[in-house]
Amino acid sequence: MSEQGIGKRVTRREDLRFITGKGRYTDDINLPGQAYAVFLRSPYPRARIRAIDAAAAAKAPGVVGVFTGKDLAADGIGHLPCGWLVKSKDGSDMKVPPRPPLAIETVNFVGEPYALVVAETLGQARAAAALVETDFEELEPVVALAEATAGPQIHPEIEANRCYDWELGDQAAVEAAFAKAPHVTRLEFANNRLIPNAIEPRAAVAAYNRPTEEFTLYTTSQNPHLERLILAAFVNLAPEHKLRVISPDVGGGFGSKIFVYPEETAAAWAARRTNRPVKWTADRSEAFLSDAHGRDHLTTAELALDEAGTFLALRVRTRANLGAYLSTFASSVPTYLYGTLLAGQYRTPAIHVEVEGVFTNTAPVDAYRGAGRPEATYVVERIVETAARELGIDPAELRRRNFIRPDQFPYETPVALVYDTGDYEASLAKALKQADYAGFPARRRESEARGKRRGIGLSCYIEACGLAPSQLAIQLGAGVGLYESGEVRVNPTGSVTVFTGSHSHGQGHETTFAQIVSEKLGVPFEQVEVVHGDTGRLEFGLGTYGSRSVAVGGSALIKASDKIIAKGKRIAAHMLEAAPDEVDFEDGVFAVRQTNKSLTFGEVAFAAYVPANFPEDLEPGLSEKSFYDPKNFTFPAGSHIAEVEVDPQTGVVDLVRFVAVDDFGEVINPMIVEGQVHGGIAQGVGQALLEHGVYDADGQLVTGSFMDYCLPRADDLPSFEVDTTVTPCTHNPLGVKGCGEAGAIGAPAAVMNAVTDALGVKDLAMPASPERVWRALQAA
Amino acid sequence: MKLSLTVNETDHELEVAPNALLVDILRGDLGLTGTHVGCDTSQCGACTVEMDGRAVKSCTVLAGQAEGARVTTIEGLGAPGNLHPMQAAFQAHHALQCGFCTPGMIISAIDLVKRTDGRLDEVAVREGLAGNYCRCTGYHNIVQAVLAAAERM
Amino acid sequence: MNGFDYHRPESLEAAVAARRAAADGAYLAGGMTLIPTLKQGLAEPSDLIDLGAIRGLAGIGLEADRLTIGAMTRHADVAASAEVQRAIPALAYLASEIGDAQVRNRGTLGGSLANSDPAADYPAAVIGLGASILTDRRTIAADDYFKGLFETALEPGELIRAVAFAVPRRAAYRKFRHPASRYAVAGVFVADTGDGFRVGVTGAGPCAFRWTALETALAGKPDAAAAGAAPLDSRRFNADLHASAEYRANLVRVMAARALADLAG
Repeated sequence: MSEQGIGKRVTRREDLRFITGKGRYTDDINLPGQAYAVFLRSPYPRARIRAIDAAAAAKAPGVVGVFTGKDLAADGIGHLPCGWLVKSKDGSDMKVPPRPPLAIETVNFVGEPYALVVAETLGQARAAAALVETDFEELEPVVALAEATAGPQIHPEIEANRCYDWELGDQAAVEAAFAKAPHVTRLEFANNRLIPNAIEPRAAVAAYNRPTEEFTLYTTSQNPHLERLILAAFVNLAPEHKLRVISPDVGGGFGSKIFVYPEETAAAWAARRTNRPVKWTADRSEAFLSDAHGRDHLTTAELALDEAGTFLALRVRTRANLGAYLSTFASSVPTYLYGTLLAGQYRTPAIHVEVEGVFTNTAPVDAYRGAGRPEATYVVERIVETAARELGIDPAELRRRNFIRPDQFPYETPVALVYDTGDYEASLAKALKQADYAGFPARRRESEARGKRRGIGLSCYIEACGLAPSQLAIQLGAGVGLYESGEVRVNPTGSVTVFTGSHSHGQGHETTFAQIVSEKLGVPFEQVEVVHGDTGRLEFGLGTYGSRSVAVGGSALIKASDKIIAKGKRIAAHMLEAAPDEVDFEDGVFAVRQTNKSLTFGEVAFAAYVPANFPEDLEPGLSEKSFYDPKNFTFPAGSHIAEVEVDPQTGVVDLVRFVAVDDFGEVINPMIVEGQVHGGIAQGVGQALLEHGVYDADGQLVTGSFMDYCLPRADDLPSFEVDTTVTPCTHNPLGVKGCGEAGAIGAPAAVMNAVTDALGVKDLAMPASPERVWRALQAA
Repeated sequence: MKLSLTVNETDHELEVAPNALLVDILRGDLGLTGTHVGCDTSQCGACTVEMDGRAVKSCTVLAGQAEGARVTTIEGLGAPGNLHPMQAAFQAHHALQCGFCTPGMIISAIDLVKRTDGRLDEVAVREGLAGNYCRCTGYHNIVQAVLAAAERM
Repeated sequence: MNGFDYHRPESLEAAVAARRAAADGAYLAGGMTLIPTLKQGLAEPSDLIDLGAIRGLAGIGLEADRLTIGAMTRHADVAASAEVQRAIPALAYLASEIGDAQVRNRGTLGGSLANSDPAADYPAAVIGLGASILTDRRTIAADDYFKGLFETALEPGELIRAVAFAVPRRAAYRKFRHPASRYAVAGVFVADTGDGFRVGVTGAGPCAFRWTALETALAGKPDAAAAGAAPLDSRRFNADLHASAEYRANLVRVMAARALADLAG
């Protein structure tokens, strides 16, 4: 195996451009003759647009045009769709409010765009935007999630602001179990709203070629093909074959760049309308207001147990804030990506979950790192920890008693998933040892001697990654398949160009995928190039989200590589005058079994393009495509342990240690996997201790900048101790499960279990800010 | 107004608007797009460059304040084959993912090592980099990279 | 950002004259607050008078028991100054706690005081040390300088040249920083002047103030327990998402107690 093969800590090839300032992000792209777009955004959470007077703005210096939602509608531009149809308990379809890219009659959240100004310079566009006079009639907004269904109706056709009322699981079995349960643990809590804040703000540069009627749209998307599909099929911007979407280097996404947003839609339309390339780059204030937010649940959870601590049933009621409109995948996050994960790592025999998705006059809420699974893990791991405390059972022991055992896989949960494999006891044992769980009481005494409080908390999470077989997803309402494409193109000289439909915005695919194909084909790592993020260069792809890239995208490349090898064997057999089934392929050499006849991969590649007397049934060329549709979700799982020290005088929580032991199945590049875990933990710790997107009662975003929204800094975090255990995924060719979200999923519950342990309180709201902690101690 | 400054060892005479920011000049007039803009409240540090020997946020320096200044951006540090030790350490320790914060982070890290003569421990690195946000790495590997580079600078 | 005329005078007199001639001028020191304010359109001055080219406005001088710091001295230079570290180490420490490294590399003492942000750090030291603000036209005592939220005793166009600090016997600063902005939610500067204690508080109220009740309660001894008991009127304390007035009052007491413990230690 080469030094750059599967399982090796290969440094990333993409780094060279990033560390020398040669990355090429959307805002770095400038097209000849480009104009600049600035959006007008609603200052009100809910208002009727009576009139927009753009006369002065239109005459301002440098202005190319001022456009409103009516202009887009008149040009046939459709609404932004939601790609996942969720049905309510009663079988009815979810209620979908119309979402024109630019608001036409009403605005429904602060920051909603309703017009744009295009001008020669950014400064001129901003100055002109200030001249637009908009007459708003303010309407009473719906802000508080708890009262959202009782508030004024936001969308005329949607009663009680309720999008759906969804359920999963066997309610009767759960009620029966609760009726005779010796012990019930109950918790009510919120899962705090988060604002993703990739450091690169969203941006778009759009150009339109009139003679060919072709659009080129550079934009900050995690899935350019999906963007193209939606803009073509639903928004009617252009036919799909006339629309090229390119995601160049993208500076982080964490979910927030999956979605199709109003701004790139309107900017692309404006490029055609003005016959000028149009550029738009969000500033951070716009990002806070208009990027899709994450989480924002209110939940009541109850766990029924017997005297020995065996879980009997779990009952969960959640109200999920969807914001003012349904963002691209918003509906699926608090349902199929949440309710299905409530079994956690446990044998809980009966589970019933009800989720009410509601609209409020706030920014749309959609998938953010983990997407539903952090919320589910928080429910399960907070209530399990609380139950352990109530029953006086060590929290690790209570979990052990209820774990699905290794011999029980495949394991069908009561919430519709079939876990293929896992060894939860193994990762917990490793994590407890690493965290010196046994030594905690001594450390606590030492802290107390210094006047501090100390706590330790566990979180044994599971996640479903890769997003499942298309058939199942489509059955459950998904509007797209969830396969991935891959193409392996062998060049005549034997180097390889790999095309993947997944997209890298920090994950390092250019390295990881090259490792996979290099090892599979025995081609030197340096001779494998990975191409992604351009609908003009690869045929289709579904992008990167849900920790799916290696499990699904990598598997597609394995399948395509298998086809290359099969074709190579036929070519080699022809050249070596043997039968294809006599040819073996290993370490880059095609060899006829039990002979000394062989050809290198490079020789076969060359022959493929210089085909001397190939038989009729052997086509020249060596390039293969594959679409891989996963047979099941993958189920990464692990144990996270947080240890905190609390200063009771100020309420400051110091995270002194964080241990994560994760089972991601096989690992392609341990260095990259560790980096993914670190980043996820940081976001999870951010949710638990620092981050909170807050609207005031009037619907204004209070945390609209980094002055108020607390993004974790280097000195807010400790170094992390991360390790893995391995049970290979049973149903994909690489045995991989996915690692991108684990940290964000496991960490919040681990930290909050530690904080509540330190304080000796049953519950505390996230984020555990100093004042909240201080108040909890005052009250205790 | 006229502006003279030296960027990455090259002298420039430019005609700029008084309200232009240093970062606008670097990215726009000089095409040095390695310096990024990540916020509008002078916090994220993605725009950090070295000016007259100090790390500064170029989104919070007006053109006129840069008159006569010597500025070093990420492009002026080192190229493949001849990387600055900090650049090399960032790659070796996987201290970057999406790469957007990286140029500013590297400039800040070099400034930190210089002003402490490399006498750094983990706490000092974490506090020293508080002016640079990274959303990808959780800072873990950045800290490792800076400590490693401090040994070699 | 709106347009403005930009001036870069090389003398104090020229700066004051340019300011006087401007319809709605503003001095520009380090710009750490002013530039973001301009970017957000919260200030739209007709003219900016950049003080960066004026000789003699930056620098640190120590004579006997008086430390003088020029208005344009950067926070980083105060933090790193051997003179400041020798004479008033708590002041060097305070400067090292402002914002972040890049902010300290640009931000200035004079800019901070002229702006008088309720959560800025320097005002605590100016109050706590009973400093003198030296302007182009007079000397203002610390106790007379801070007037309210972003309000100072400076007259229109008046320009801070330097700040003179009497060197105390000992001093300490403790700050509880805002988790997001890193400003002071509560910062307390305690100085043993040789003639009793002075206590300057920032972050808590509309502007920095003296906690005279604690000064009295200390009765010449750095008794940390006094900070828990001395009367503290928190009725006008700031309240925001991250800290209520009540919590701020607690933080003022805790930071004061810790600063006093530093002195005693």
